Amino acid sequence: MIGICSYGGYVPRYRLNRSLIFNAMGWMNPANMALARGEKAVANFDEDSITMAVAAGIDSLKGIDRSKVQGVYFASTSMPYKERLNAGIITAALGLNDHIRASDFSGGLKAGTSALLSALEAVESKRTNNMLVCSSDCRLGRPASPQEMIFGDAAAALLVGDEAVIAEFKGSYSITYDFGDHYRGGIAKFDRQWEDRWIRDLGFDQFVPEVVNGLLERYQLKITDFAKIVYPCHYGAARKRLNKLLGIAPEADQSNLQAEIGESGTPQSLVMLVNALEEAKPGEKILVVSFGSGCDALYFEVTEDIDNKKDRDGISGCLSRKADLDNYQKYLVWRDILPGDVGLRAEEDLWTRWSLLWRKRKQVLGLWGSKCKRCGTPQFPAQRICVNPDCGAVDEMEEFCFSDKIGRIASYTGDMLAASYNPPAIYGNIQFEGGGKYMFDLTDCDLDSLAVGMPVAMSFRRKYYDEKRDIVGYFWKAVPMKEVR
Amino acid sequence: MAEGIKDKVAIIGMGCTKFGERWESSAEDLMVEAFVECLEDAGIEKKEIQAAYLGTHFDEVNVGKAALPLAMTLKLPYIPVTRAENYCATATEAFRAACYSVASGAYDIVLALGVEKLKDTGYGGLPGGAAMGTTAFMIGPNRTAPGAFAQLATAYSAKWGIPMDKIKPAMAHISAKSHANGAINPKAHLRRVVTEEQIMAAPMIAYPLGLFDCCGVSDGSAAAIVTTPEIARSLKKNQDIVWVKALQISVSSGEESIYTNWDGAHLVTTRKASQKAYEEAGIKDPREEISMMEVHDCFSITELVTYEDLHISPKGGAIDDIMNGFYDLHGQIPCQVDGGLKCYGHPIGASGLRMLYAMYEQVLERIPEERKVKNARMGMTHNLGGVPHANVASIAIIGRD
Repeated sequence: MIGICSYGGYVPRYRLNRSLIFNAMGWMNPANMALARGEKAVANFDEDSITMAVAAGIDSLKGIDRSKVQGVYFASTSMPYKERLNAGIITAALGLNDHIRASDFSGGLKAGTSALLSALEAVESKRTNNMLVCSSDCRLGRPASPQEMIFGDAAAALLVGDEAVIAEFKGSYSITYDFGDHYRGGIAKFDRQWEDRWIRDLGFDQFVPEVVNGLLERYQLKITDFAKIVYPCHYGAARKRLNKLLGIAPEADQSNLQAEIGESGTPQSLVMLVNALEEAKPGEKILVVSFGSGCDALYFEVTEDIDNKKDRDGISGCLSRKADLDNYQKYLVWRDILPGDVGLRAEEDLWTRWSLLWRKRKQVLGLWGSKCKRCGTPQFPAQRICVNPDCGAVDEMEEFCFSDKIGRIASYTGDMLAASYNPPAIYGNIQFEGGGKYMFDLTDCDLDSLAVGMPVAMSFRRKYYDEKRDIVGYFWKAVPMKEVR
Repeated sequence: MAEGIKDKVAIIGMGCTKFGERWESSAEDLMVEAFVECLEDAGIEKKEIQAAYLGTHFDEVNVGKAALPLAMTLKLPYIPVTRAENYCATATEAFRAACYSVASGAYDIVLALGVEKLKDTGYGGLPGGAAMGTTAFMIGPNRTAPGAFAQLATAYSAKWGIPMDKIKPAMAHISAKSHANGAINPKAHLRRVVTEEQIMAAPMIAYPLGLFDCCGVSDGSAAAIVTTPEIARSLKKNQDIVWVKALQISVSSGEESIYTNWDGAHLVTTRKASQKAYEEAGIKDPREEISMMEVHDCFSITELVTYEDLHISPKGGAIDDIMNGFYDLHGQIPCQVDGGLKCYGHPIGASGLRMLYAMYEQVLERIPEERKVKNARMGMTHNLGGVPHANVASIAIIGRD
């Protein structure tokens, strides 16, 4: 049996209430009033599609031996790098083996399901196993555009394999059209779209039934055989019409989370699928449909093993930890739409020395340190000579990964002098349970809520952006945990 | 068995510029200014100087690397000139090198000069970026000096169970005292009396440090000329001579940064360096024997924990001494009698020598009455370069007798 063996989800902490956007920009496009409901999930200033994919990946690999992962497929239309394998950065951040396959899937919004299909078929070929599919997007609409209201940021991850399968892959059907509903050229920052009526009436209304009926016919199924039908369509009226047309019962219509997250782009169907798996029961059939330059339809059947994977954060876990971003301008600065002045201190030249990064890649991207084989002391960064003054062993270290360790805040501050897009810059000494200590940036938190002794988890984030050379640097930051699980 | 430096070297001359925003002066101007005062005080000619050490820290925004700027600015005639650098202990390192050069018998008369031109950076605080090396920005926190030192306060509060609203007034007292001392010193950078209430109400720089908990970033230079006891006695007949009693440096071994045995609420290096300095100087009870001191008050919280780490205030008990005025100008051990880093200013590469200058002037009683420390026989200086979890601590003790 092949299929999905594990799932993980990620929604960034911040929510921007759509009425806040409308209050700021509605004067320019009053018709957006119709969209000014609910909230959209917004990546923090130090997040992007790579970091969100890593977060979802970490969630999906909970309790799973990472050395068994044989491939990483990353699907996104907002990858930070055009050249430099984005999936390679994710592979390093997740601390996976070097000798695996990794690939980026992009171009259309159905790239998420296409990556999933490729992984499923790769496992089916028996040439590989335990393929991790991560998808995330951080798409931008111009201020006052409908897209600005509609889009939201999120990520999903699915581990595909042939052991302990929780949702068996039963089949698929794909259609591909060069349908320019939304598009971005090679250098575009903002999404552009053609008329809504055309996207709705020709796109969704025709393509979704086409791919769904194609799959139903191929596998001799009825729409009512499915407990959940996952498909993206943020147009409320079109969704109602499609449900009626296809015979999708209200309880089978998996929420597109438009009011909670927004249209997340490439990961949209997978985010909805993860959300569906969180509630799924053995024996249920799930139909997953994507939309963008055509459609993929995938058909899964949930197995008894689903109950062993319910400890994931998933999408609902993230949704329960949200915080309001009560400042639209902050969102604009974070996305570099409004060029806020961070001061001269931010203009220091930060050369990424690629040969240095290569040498330190495990340290920087994977948060690998070392552990002394003689005295057992974990240490970050990795040392040649043991830091324990009573030990001091030379070259008796083994690699030790800190990214999955829980730390405690030993000291902290909120710094208004440091150049930051989210001042104060919060950072502190983090002491890891089991040993090891290092000073990290803290993120996704408020200064007032911190205390010495508070537990933190490590999160992969954007560390710096070198504007001059268009380089995003990544490292790990500490995020306060509500409780230690 | 090493004997230490005690009484092997004498300071025969010192000079120190006015610190501050010296927009009109280049580093070269500042060097000349400190040197001229120093040479005149020593009562020797330039050609008698046999070796020199230059202290500069931020070479990127200052005079550049190496010791050439000192040799070429002062026109030192092809003598050995070496640059010393060790964060905020830079000037003390230049002074230490000069003293050791004399004590070793290699040279008779040696110059140490520190200079820093920080006000050409274009922004407040110390420069970061490339000055921090090629890796720090990739894996280090987005930190500044105030943020690194502010954490002493959060950790101190947690360690001793002292709420921040008890620590804040003690920090305010520290800064108010230094402002009072700086206000009456014409060479100081910041010369305004500031009340504890104003200090507590100032905008936050790095929690819990407000604006007045942070020292000034300044331009300035300071210098010393040291020599052998014999030459000092012949030059300063019937005058008091200032002797070097102890010079110690302690450098973090990496334990505070990445090992787990440090509480973050004290400075390991300061404790070690001061202990060794007291032994070198033959001081049994520093609380009774030290007359006055200049400590590294880059931030008020640094001064607070330093009182404890110098083994003068009891551990966890500095606040009582502070609030009782123990370290005020007319207290038992006046601290920052010239205004300190807080108000005299902090041009990194000059600060250690500036502190020595303050102690030297007091020991020789060349201070106006209003700033004079009573019975100023033994003065101690302390630098802390770097950050609490990775630093260089230096201690110098000088005195009469």
